[in-house]
Amino acid sequence: MSTISNFSRDEARIMNRSDLTRRLVAKLKSEEAVVGGIGHTNWDLWASGQRPQNFYMLGSMGLAAPIALGVAVAQPHRKVFALEGDGSILMQLGAFGTIATVAPKNLCVVIWDNGAYHITGAQQTLTATTVDLVAIARASGLKASEWAADEDHFEALVDAALSEDGPQLIAARVDHHKPAGTTDRDPGKIRLNFMRGLSGADGKERT
Amino acid sequence: MTSKDYDEPWHETVVRVLRANGVDLVTYIPDNVLRDLIQALHDDPYFTVICPAREEEAVAIVAGAYMAGRRGVVLMQTSGFATLPNALASMIVPFQIPLVMVISERGVLGEFQLGQAIVCRTMRPVLETLGIEHRAIEERSHVEFVVNGMIQQAFATQSPAAIILSPLLTKRQH
Repeated sequence: MSTISNFSRDEARIMNRSDLTRRLVAKLKSEEAVVGGIGHTNWDLWASGQRPQNFYMLGSMGLAAPIALGVAVAQPHRKVFALEGDGSILMQLGAFGTIATVAPKNLCVVIWDNGAYHITGAQQTLTATTVDLVAIARASGLKASEWAADEDHFEALVDAALSEDGPQLIAARVDHHKPAGTTDRDPGKIRLNFMRGLSGADGKERT
Repeated sequence: MTSKDYDEPWHETVVRVLRANGVDLVTYIPDNVLRDLIQALHDDPYFTVICPAREEEAVAIVAGAYMAGRRGVVLMQTSGFATLPNALASMIVPFQIPLVMVISERGVLGEFQLGQAIVCRTMRPVLETLGIEHRAIEERSHVEFVVNGMIQQAFATQSPAAIILSPLLTKRQH
């Protein structure tokens, strides 16, 4: 794909998660599903506008990508995005290999890497020292994995994810600014809204 | 026990009941007791079968699929279940997701690993603490009724369920 440019993590510009989340959501015109991971990832997704096709994972770290994989497998004609922080995905690195093996054409994983467990006091994660999540993703079989060099490149990678077959992974280095909002904390409501949001367009009959 | 029960191995009954209930997505972390069931599911094009790296992933995939309109089941061993309390307590139970788990019970009735015996003792207390419906199948003649009833109740009540396969079913001569 034309957007592959092989920037390293060190070369990637440090951007802002709220800004990038809004840029991503602004491109979603076809009821694409977005599964947000726990914490600030979710909060910025919430603040970007509560689309019915958004799911906000409240409890466990590292499960946004597997949940999104399940959505993608169930509705193969709907594009699905998983948003996850570096601390969370570090807990579930096997998910990269699972996604690569299942190879859903309609799944894109977005990683916000601020090198910190920001919500608990900004303690360093392993990405702040030695771990390169794009390198791990590629080595797990997710060949279309890229560091976003800057905002324009991030948008180009999202465009490619929307127009080309996946699975893709987009990683963005982000700063330590606070998220733009806070998620609602009603799990039942979140699930029902999401299920209603997914019952259109791709329209596989719900049992 | 009638001769009919001997004609169909327990794992074939499970496959038939899954199909009858429209459960066509299977995620699993393997176990020797589940080997024939897993193979039968792989061999049947009706099922989409995914073997991820961890039980939490297996649970999350089925949860996501449920919300998108597809019914799934997760297969695992007792020790795999022991990795799940956080995912169950923070996702499956509060989001009211009818996750159906099939757990092969290891650690009782002839176990040779002390660690397996100990981890097995954590399973029922966790299920009970979380209020998750669970039942062990010990008799060959109960497989169809219990698996069918547990699946139907899970989806009808938006509640998770754990179907435990006892060694009395899977190891004993019937």
